[in-house]
Amino acid sequence: MTTLTDPPSESFRLSMLIYDTRYRAITFQIIALICFLLFFGWLISNTAQNLADLGKEPSFGFLMEPAGYDINQRLIDYNNQDSHLRAAFVGLLNTLLVAVLGCITATVIGVIVGVLRLSSNWLVARLMAVYVEMFRNVPVLMWIVLCMAILIESLPNPRAFRGENPEASMLLFDSVAITNRGVYIPEPLFSRSLGDIPVGNLFNISLDLIAILIVLAIGFYVSHRIKLKADATQEATGVRPKTWYMRLGVILVPLAALLVILGFHLGYPELSGFNFAGGTHLRNSLIALWLALSLYTAAFIAENVRAGILAISKGQTEAASALGLRPSITMRLVILPQALRVIIPPLISQYLNLTKNSSLAIAVGYMDITGTLMGITLNQTGRELETVLLGMLIYLAISLAISGAMNFYNSRVKLVER
Amino acid sequence: MSDTHAETVSYVRETMLPQQEPPASTVGPVGWAKTNLFSGWFNTVLSVLSGIFILWLAYRLLPWIISPTWQATSLNECREIIGALNKPHGGACWGVISERWKQLMFGFYPPEHYWRPVLSLILLLVALGPLLFRHLVPAKVIYFSMLYPFIAAWLLWGGTIWNPIVAILGFVIIALSLKFLTSVLNPALALIIGVLLAVIWWVALAGPVAGGLSAVLPIGIEAIASRQFGGFMLSITIGVTAILCSLPIGILLALGRQSDLLLVKAMCVGFIEFIRGVPLITLLFVASVLLNIFLPPGTNFDIILRVIIMVTLFASAYMAEVVRGGLAALPKGQYEGADSLGLDYWQSQRLIIMPQALKISIPGIVSTFIGVFKDTTLVSIISMFDPIGLSNAIRADTAWNGVYWELFIFIGLVFFIFCFSMSRYSMYLERRLQTGHR
Repeated sequence: MTTLTDPPSESFRLSMLIYDTRYRAITFQIIALICFLLFFGWLISNTAQNLADLGKEPSFGFLMEPAGYDINQRLIDYNNQDSHLRAAFVGLLNTLLVAVLGCITATVIGVIVGVLRLSSNWLVARLMAVYVEMFRNVPVLMWIVLCMAILIESLPNPRAFRGENPEASMLLFDSVAITNRGVYIPEPLFSRSLGDIPVGNLFNISLDLIAILIVLAIGFYVSHRIKLKADATQEATGVRPKTWYMRLGVILVPLAALLVILGFHLGYPELSGFNFAGGTHLRNSLIALWLALSLYTAAFIAENVRAGILAISKGQTEAASALGLRPSITMRLVILPQALRVIIPPLISQYLNLTKNSSLAIAVGYMDITGTLMGITLNQTGRELETVLLGMLIYLAISLAISGAMNFYNSRVKLVER
Repeated sequence: MSDTHAETVSYVRETMLPQQEPPASTVGPVGWAKTNLFSGWFNTVLSVLSGIFILWLAYRLLPWIISPTWQATSLNECREIIGALNKPHGGACWGVISERWKQLMFGFYPPEHYWRPVLSLILLLVALGPLLFRHLVPAKVIYFSMLYPFIAAWLLWGGTIWNPIVAILGFVIIALSLKFLTSVLNPALALIIGVLLAVIWWVALAGPVAGGLSAVLPIGIEAIASRQFGGFMLSITIGVTAILCSLPIGILLALGRQSDLLLVKAMCVGFIEFIRGVPLITLLFVASVLLNIFLPPGTNFDIILRVIIMVTLFASAYMAEVVRGGLAALPKGQYEGADSLGLDYWQSQRLIIMPQALKISIPGIVSTFIGVFKDTTLVSIISMFDPIGLSNAIRADTAWNGVYWELFIFIGLVFFIFCFSMSRYSMYLERRLQTGHR
């Protein structure tokens, strides 16, 4: 039985592709897809045509040719006879190095500044506001170039460390030398080293480092177990046993024992000739980039931290005060854990920004992936298409990895809503 | 009862005591300092430390900044002047600013044509008037704002006046076809036909027509090549264009990302995530070395235009995420309310959703603008002469070899003024558009 409300059954007409909302979506999407494919086809055919005109065949074979240039700041062995691929890998490690260092220091500075900016102390709050506004409103490239200029212009030459009455002296019991050619810090050495194991043909991993990491991991795990046990005791009896010396001991004692077994000692930098020898040499380019990126990103992180703390309702602070907690404990135990949930997402994007901004290393000559693969390798081989696309893909992979890891963390700490 | 009371109490006050002054230590400068600077030992330590820091900074910096070297024409001359003053910590060499500030502003633009960028900057302020301060500026000015891009491009690059006029005619074609074809056709179809006609006009006809007209009536100003652009003029040109273009593109991308159309959504997500995942500098490499490979053989268009395209794409992706945040923050009831009024998709977006979503995302939009403007300095890496690139060029001159601080302070200060005023404007706008009751 048909009723009046039944839609009149009608056959499909061509005009319904445009006028009927049921079909219009599909029509539009198909048109969009065709346009998209046409556009890409157009780009690819242009590229093929242009490359053929230039007599270039797109291939990644150049990556295996000897690079022929030196990289002064590097984490793994490299010389100028190694391939472009290895040079790019050295650059990638350098990018990751400065990104990790920068993220750590930026977070520390940013959290301190963000908390201090909300301080009841008028002078400190203003000072931090000036810092934040100053760094946020001036381009990061200028800060990088400026830091480099400060390091080169205002630090003493290694020559100044010479003689009976040197103009400059080393810091921390003659272990750290800050010069205008970079910073020399002591390097860890092992007289009874376990040796290295090669990973593929790419680089060596020190067995000493692995051993230390394993011992540390075990130590932290045992320490965590002790904490759990103390928690259980407190739940059962109401009295918390003193465990801090045990928890510290299970981490430190095995570590110290291992270091003694391995014959751990520090190699100090020493003046020899016109420069320092020995120790680890952090070049100016690395320090300048690290410093500028940390200070710049810290200003943004400080704002995120401030916003996160302000997002916590005042009632929380008042309730904590009513319980008799001091302001510092209130901040640590009540405000920050809640604020972290607000802070983490923008913090992720600040880490991403820092990693991407590290590509400005090219301005101070720090050899990161932009400087090696998209800089010298591009100029030497003339492979614009391959190098730039490869570089973009690498950055994309790093970005996606960071945001993936951080989103995972974010979902872990997310507030479980009722 | 009252009798006993009268006997035991000898005196009853009948009037209120006048209010006493608060204790001297809680009012006035002393009280202020006590609550704001010296409450507790920790705050006291912090205050003292920051006080010492500020004094030390002032002691070192002020004598350096106040340095009578504005007339010096080289670094050596500066050092002689400062040496004669016998200052302990030396002094700044402001001569480089007084001699080169015009270069920092205009790059290698011919000095006799400086009026053109200046005029276009002033006109920019006029054109932005109706957008930024709607209640202060007459509404008719918006027509001038629409014409402004063509006027500015003509003023900056020069050449015959027929080029911008012919370019405007393309938009006139779109407007006319919309006006006359909508009565016959679906508006979307009318728009597509209009755009197609305009593209045909721009690609095939505009060039010869402009050439012919300028041969008949040669009106124009001297053409200036892109490589002569530089300094803050270049930053502002790239920055303003990218900012103005990225907002509409970003809104479209955000809508695409929110849309139900699966393919459209996938394309928008892919584009946004790709652009946001790579550093701007790689996109600038694409602009400088790859864009010519992607385009038909023989195309070789202006480097500034290529950079503007890439910076715009970059900014759009970030803008899209900001606008998406605004869209997500809107209560679902607003969408349903718009639907229940019978508005179609574009009407509800235009009248209900976007005004609110954009208002929510003003802080994010403005901070993206500031970011784009700051990021224009990256063009110095692909050897264009933005202020930072110019500062290197100035140092390459033997007279000024070794001047760092003065140039950096000047450049930083100008950037600070631009960016800081943008962020203040966004706060003003937020307050003005505040309609909530909180």
